[in-house]
Amino acid sequence: MSDPLQLHLGGAPFGASPSFVELLRTEHPDALPVIAADGPPFPLTHATTVLGLKFADGIVMAGDRRATAGNIIADPKMRKVFAADRLSAIAIAGVAGQAIEMVKLFQLELEHYEKITGDRLSLDGKANRLAQMIRGNFPLAMQGLVVVPLFGGYDERKGEGRIFYYDATGGRWEENDYQTTGSGGQPAKNSLKKRWKPGLDRDAALRVAAEALIDAADDDSATGGPDATRGLWPIMVIVTADGANDVPEADVIAAVDAVLAERRDAS
Amino acid sequence: MSFMPYVAPEQLMKDRSDYAHKGIARGRSVIGLEYADGLLFLAENASATLHKISEVYDKIAFAGVGKYSEFEELRIAGIRLADMRGYQYGREDVKARDLANAYSQALSTIFTQQMKPYEIELLVGEVDGDASGTSIYHILFDGSVSDEDQHVAMGGHAEELTDALRDRYQAGWDLATAVRTAVQLLATVPETRAVPAEQLEAGILDRRTTDRRTFRRLTKDEISSFLG
Repeated sequence: MSDPLQLHLGGAPFGASPSFVELLRTEHPDALPVIAADGPPFPLTHATTVLGLKFADGIVMAGDRRATAGNIIADPKMRKVFAADRLSAIAIAGVAGQAIEMVKLFQLELEHYEKITGDRLSLDGKANRLAQMIRGNFPLAMQGLVVVPLFGGYDERKGEGRIFYYDATGGRWEENDYQTTGSGGQPAKNSLKKRWKPGLDRDAALRVAAEALIDAADDDSATGGPDATRGLWPIMVIVTADGANDVPEADVIAAVDAVLAERRDAS
Repeated sequence: MSFMPYVAPEQLMKDRSDYAHKGIARGRSVIGLEYADGLLFLAENASATLHKISEVYDKIAFAGVGKYSEFEELRIAGIRLADMRGYQYGREDVKARDLANAYSQALSTIFTQQMKPYEIELLVGEVDGDASGTSIYHILFDGSVSDEDQHVAMGGHAEELTDALRDRYQAGWDLATAVRTAVQLLATVPETRAVPAEQLEAGILDRRTTDRRTFRRLTKDEISSFLG
């Protein structure tokens, strides 16, 4: 297989391909996920609900912690939201093994590009590259190994946060406000529809995200709610001009508590 | 059918070596040295964008002197090797020694088997944990590699600079002192002159940072402020 990013001039390589994924594909195709003839005969671990939303200074991405395999809870504390590089974040839903590997590859892809060329990719460039990686996964998606991420980050050129969502074919769309994906995506989206407003501040954004995940857990058995007994809280990543960082657990707990307190008062 | 005239292997190696030496001697120098919180690579470089110093991996940096196209090719190969290793094993398994060996093998093969040797020298630096984990490897055009202790100079006037560094160097310098002294030394070859901050390129592996990636370029403003 040839690297589509490696150009040639008179038979010799012309320019250095800045892509790690293509390097892997040409040098070590065995290190990439294997394409089986049929889907596997056993239930696979699935990561479930994640969401992304814009706020005044950038974006917030959040995910519940549950992974399921059929009707079994495969992992109650899975992480589905990751910083992709210094100014962007990725959240995944779908077949977990595949999805986590895709995140790892995507993170490396961005870092590799940055080191080879000396420049960071534009946010559009990152979003586009992710679409191509999902497209590369399409034969697997046809067998049920679907991975659907959300991607977002801070666009330095435009000076604002932006959110993109994808489908299993690598289709890419930009959202102006918020987006969700995964099994609990619909109830989470319904919640965001009522609660999200343009120009939210940080605390309000965290609270809206927490509420959407709680609503998703209410309606979707594959989405895990906050679990104070075992100390399992949603994972949130916030991306602003200052960088992509995990929201401290104390802030997540405060957001969750605020939502739950409001509901207790109302009932 | 054409016949190559016989050339004694000693003569062949000497000719190639002289050729590479001449190419390298034409260029400016790079200094690498250990300071209190990490490793500093400092180069004289007229271009702000065609770098001689680069990040390779979390704790590994690269510097090259000589022909740009040749060390750039090896820089990219090194990044590919490091990223591939880190992906297939673990990030902490990527070591400067492996990279130095790979460069040494590649340059040795090129030196003996290709039409012309590469006119370059490379540095591979690494910080890991405390000061005892710092290493600097110096790789020459013929593939010979040496493990340098705390400081090294390569390029146009390497010998003078190495001697001067040996006299001046003190362990435990802060970054400002390290930069200032390295620049003072660079400004003594080939004759005493002024080296403005715009002509300098510097990168550090910062042992104190909490980031996974410890490499950072020093900005022109930072360098100016160190030079005072």
